[in-house]
Amino acid sequence: MLQHPDHETMRATRRSFLGRSTAGIGAIALGSLLRPDSLLGDVVVPKWHGVINPPHFKPRAKRIIHLYMAGGPSHLETFDYKPKLAEMNGKPMPESLTKGKQIAQLQGKKLVCLAPQWPFQQYGESGLNISSKFPLIGSLADKLCLIRSMKTEQINHDPAHTLFNTGNANPGRPAIGSWLTYGLGDSTQNLPNFVVLSSIGRGGQAQPIASRQWSSGFLPSRLQGVEFRSRGEPVLYATNPPGINDSRQREAINAVQALNKIHDELFDDPEAATRIAQYELAYRMQASVPGLMDVSDEPQHVLEKYGTKGADGTFAGNCLLARRMAERDVRFIQVYHRGWDHHGNIKKSIETTAGEVDRATHALISDLAERGMLEDTLIMFGGEFGRTPMAQGSGRDHHIAGYSYMLAGGGVKGGVSYGETDEFGYNSVKDIVHIRDLHATILQLMGIDHERLSVKFQGLDMRLTGVEAARVIKEILA
Amino acid sequence: MTLIRRLSFDIIGLPPSPQEVQAFVEDKSPNAYEKVVDRLLNSKHYGERMAMFWLDLVRFADTVGYHGDQNVSISPFRDYVINSFNDNMQFDQFTREQLAGDLLPNSSPRQKVASGYNRLGMMSAEGGVQPKEYLAKYAAERVRNVSLVWMGATMGCCECHDHKYDPYTMVDFYSMASFFADIQEKGIYAGAHASGKWGSSINYPDPELPTLLKPIDDQITQLQAVLNLSTPALDEAQRIWETNNSEQVGWRVLAPLQATAEHGTKLTIQTDKSILASAAAAPQNVYTVTAKTDLKSITGFRLEALPDKSLPKGGPGRAGNGNFVVSELRVFFGEKADAIALQNATATVEQTLAGNATPYGKWSAASAIDNDAKGSSWGWAILPEANKPNQMVVETKESIDGNNSVLKFVIEQNHTNSGHTLGKFRLAVTSAAQPLSAKKTQGLPENIRTILAVDGPSRTDKQKSDLTAHYRSIAPSLAETRKKIAALNQQKVQLTKEHTRSTLVTVAVKPRAMRVLPRGNWMDDSGPEVTPTVPHFLRQVERAQADKASRANRLDLANWLMSKDNPLTARVFVNRLWKLYFGRGLVSSLDDFGKQGTQSAHPEILDELASDFIDSEWDVKQTIKTIVTSSTYKQSSQSDEASRTRDPFNDLLARQGRFRQDAEMIRDSVLSVSGLLVRKIGGRSVRPYQPAGYYAHLNFPKRTYQHDKGENLWRRTVYTHWQRQFLHPSLRAFDAPSREECTVERARSNTPLAALVMLNDPIYVEASRAFAERTLNEAPKEMGPRISFVFQRALLREPSVDETKIVSQLLVKYEKDFREDPVAAKKLIDIGERPTPENLDAVELATWTGICRILFNTHEFITRN
Repeated sequence: MLQHPDHETMRATRRSFLGRSTAGIGAIALGSLLRPDSLLGDVVVPKWHGVINPPHFKPRAKRIIHLYMAGGPSHLETFDYKPKLAEMNGKPMPESLTKGKQIAQLQGKKLVCLAPQWPFQQYGESGLNISSKFPLIGSLADKLCLIRSMKTEQINHDPAHTLFNTGNANPGRPAIGSWLTYGLGDSTQNLPNFVVLSSIGRGGQAQPIASRQWSSGFLPSRLQGVEFRSRGEPVLYATNPPGINDSRQREAINAVQALNKIHDELFDDPEAATRIAQYELAYRMQASVPGLMDVSDEPQHVLEKYGTKGADGTFAGNCLLARRMAERDVRFIQVYHRGWDHHGNIKKSIETTAGEVDRATHALISDLAERGMLEDTLIMFGGEFGRTPMAQGSGRDHHIAGYSYMLAGGGVKGGVSYGETDEFGYNSVKDIVHIRDLHATILQLMGIDHERLSVKFQGLDMRLTGVEAARVIKEILA
Repeated sequence: MTLIRRLSFDIIGLPPSPQEVQAFVEDKSPNAYEKVVDRLLNSKHYGERMAMFWLDLVRFADTVGYHGDQNVSISPFRDYVINSFNDNMQFDQFTREQLAGDLLPNSSPRQKVASGYNRLGMMSAEGGVQPKEYLAKYAAERVRNVSLVWMGATMGCCECHDHKYDPYTMVDFYSMASFFADIQEKGIYAGAHASGKWGSSINYPDPELPTLLKPIDDQITQLQAVLNLSTPALDEAQRIWETNNSEQVGWRVLAPLQATAEHGTKLTIQTDKSILASAAAAPQNVYTVTAKTDLKSITGFRLEALPDKSLPKGGPGRAGNGNFVVSELRVFFGEKADAIALQNATATVEQTLAGNATPYGKWSAASAIDNDAKGSSWGWAILPEANKPNQMVVETKESIDGNNSVLKFVIEQNHTNSGHTLGKFRLAVTSAAQPLSAKKTQGLPENIRTILAVDGPSRTDKQKSDLTAHYRSIAPSLAETRKKIAALNQQKVQLTKEHTRSTLVTVAVKPRAMRVLPRGNWMDDSGPEVTPTVPHFLRQVERAQADKASRANRLDLANWLMSKDNPLTARVFVNRLWKLYFGRGLVSSLDDFGKQGTQSAHPEILDELASDFIDSEWDVKQTIKTIVTSSTYKQSSQSDEASRTRDPFNDLLARQGRFRQDAEMIRDSVLSVSGLLVRKIGGRSVRPYQPAGYYAHLNFPKRTYQHDKGENLWRRTVYTHWQRQFLHPSLRAFDAPSREECTVERARSNTPLAALVMLNDPIYVEASRAFAERTLNEAPKEMGPRISFVFQRALLREPSVDETKIVSQLLVKYEKDFREDPVAAKKLIDIGERPTPENLDAVELATWTGICRILFNTHEFITRN
């Protein structure tokens, strides 16, 4: 058990990496004093190797691309076809299902069934039933694993996002990506290990997404997600100030490094050595970002496949960036689409929003497959909750008792569905998958026993999967 | 040097100036060190530094946190914390005011502000929120907060199950929650995203407002004296004005001899010579009034319509709406059968409402002397001026010698819409030169009109002084004075507005029922109801006999926490103070004094400090002084591999701590060294530079960040707008918490993102330039002394030979480089709102900006050792 999750643990580990002695960095510093240009190649940058080393299991996935459909996509118009609901269109919802259950904006309203607004069809050899509004995703059916029995506890967006990302509805816990780096160590030193991309979409109200969704919580803040933005500088503060070109920046960093080395030599301060390494990483990150964001090296047919002109802030552009990050060893890439909160006119809204994600999602999965990366890249696709079988006008309200999630690649079976809701699509009734079960499964795929990745905080052994028993869904593992 | 630097950072969060260091080094008196401690503890910046610590605990922020993360005004609470530490308020009082400021007897506005503590938790305006669920969330968060802040207890887990290691139970958890069940609040603040209404709040003037208003008030008083001063010229001017504006010079009110009406209506003559109608109100009526006058040449008559409480809507008419219609006024003189010929009728008000119904287009005075030429229904009326005095004036065609003969006034009221008769009226005559006009007095306030209608000698003293006051308010000769007063008053309004902030407060209402929620499930009402009780295994709340019947409240809880018999609170607090001065608590688990907490290597120190703290009447400054004057505090922070291996986390305290500054202090140090720092205390939260588009994820409403202008850009960081969901990225990079929940201990990470902030955030570039300006202006011209100057200011020491070499090399390079690329030099020194100086060479300034930037980026600069 780790006594303390913060700097001390990580610093102690860093110290061992640095192998500091008078013959170490200090010596380099003195030798390089008068020629700071030559420092660059000499800097030993310690790598965080994680608290789970080696992994508990053989990892099935090296990285995760989390396509986060924020707002609560309707399972009833995407992955969970309910003919019975079509029959019941306009009729009252059976009270036996809804009585005493949580409800959001339909509080106090009459509860009436709303038929699925788009037809479904069977795709691939597996014959998975998927919405006709996802024709391209559907064409990949044999690579997909649909979970149709999801369950969450939070019926409002903000806490529901927090629960999905951190395993707890209360703020202050680390996000999945932070846990992964904490457990498994740095996957790259040129870019952050945990990256967030976001697009708004054209339909509906844009979901507000708090930065706590990629917070490292009580874990060290270097483990937090780093947002890559489509407007302004891609990474905050990763652009030289006006008047400072790359060589001036490099010279500045060299001088800082040289002064820090003298300081380290004088005071024998491990934190100073770490600082030197971090400045080096900062420079590398600043240097790596432009190349990552500049997609001019992508052939035209790839751009067309995704349906984007480049890193333009659209979901398609972000999917392309996600692939480029995956290629550069970023471990956890979260791509938000913020347009799934369809309280009204769900028919039109689904058409718009599905239209925005279908092509790019298909492009990403098939592109990864073509590059041989799908087998060790786990794709997660879904939202914080689903939507009611009951009508809210022409739309649907938030729903937590049953919804769907899609996985692909990295160690999960293709062409399968798992779990079921009842014939109304209201309650998950068979092989129920709670958010924490999904978390446990993800960690398993990454080589981690979810019960053994924990940190002591405020008197508790904190885990991503929380205190309630969580189950790895072995049935869907390839 | 290291010691005074350490002390200054620890106590006020700012580095000492080189002069302060020098003064300390040169002070050879035995209490030299103590003098510095006292000076720093008495600095107003001490409160700011303590607030950084306290605000993390009580999760103070400027936004609500949930969903749309909208702004909420509660910055007076932050200032309360700063001021309370500066005033060295006893910690028990500080606790009572926050938990229960509203319940203290005769609680002051300041104490109400303090009670905002209970309102600092997150709130939601998200549509579809179930109020009951969120009330449960808010309640649980309060228990987590109060137990962590004051008890070092991790009660959070007891929301769903009894504590695994400590004796806290679920019943304890919900019983604690019920202390707060009386707080007025809502589960969902519907519409607050637009209205900004987040529940109970007060408007709180800044404490310095009276001081700011005083000079303005003084000026106003002086100018007012000028207005009040009588001078012969002014008195003469007023007399002329009165003459010009009042008919009373000529108007002589007539004392009626007789007043009669038809249809049983009774007319009564009042002491002020007016006539009041009562008894039966007829559909139409004719009033006849007789009077005598000895006025020599009568040039006109006046009919005043006067309000009276006995009349509908206050009159002056008897119609339901207070109106009347005088359809014809006829005046007979002596025995003459023909009425006196009248002309030029005017009135102060002529009704235009429904004016199109009349052939005159309005209810004019003229139609009351037209001999009913266009019908008898039309006449003078006054709507909407019910309950106000008005008058009608007519001229005689030829002047008449009064000669004490009887004047008979016949007032016909024949309007067909029944009941439009006069309720109260008065008659007067004049011999003033024609033309006469009622309208002369229009535009004057009602009371002044009334006064002017009274004969000069008959006016009361009050009327006289009112009239003078009014005249002074319009006298042309005083216009300049009045303009100045008006401007000053405007200034007062503006200043008061600027220095009054709305702030959330606690309002106690009837407590709602609180029950144990099985497994924390807010929908499950099967749990037992609980009342405010402290954890069962601890000494219970003691209350006065008289209060025993009622339920315990937040004040009882505060008193219990701060009871001298309860050592826990003091231990928790003192341990956290220790952390401020060593980088680590005596008990390293600042958040957990339970079984899972760590053991202290020096339990006796903690015990002694805690009991001294209680014995000192909770004197925070005294306790800090004890800590920082100890020899343990004054030790070197130097360590070597051997000592680190023996005691890696310094539990044994054989050396001082060495750690990176907190986020706020890094920025504040940079501002301070560069000379940019604005040392103002308190006020609205400020908005420093922030990357564009950083709030793009926010919605309801969408937000565009606009950084402040002027001095707010360079305030201490404790005043920075604290956006819970998107805390300023520079602060985040140095581990400042979002304050969505209680933060007992910040992480101290060392990351590439932090390096990027120090290198590239414009505030640090701007500060580098300001520091460079200072260097070029204040240091000798040569390179060596200048390098020495920047080291002295930034690191409070001379550079070594090697360091000088590194810096001078870069200097030479930058100088040459910028000389060849002056555009780049200009761009660099133009960063930030601070005006670029004209008197300095751009290349030289850019070069030194580059050098100062290096100093700010050193590990040493941001490290306290």
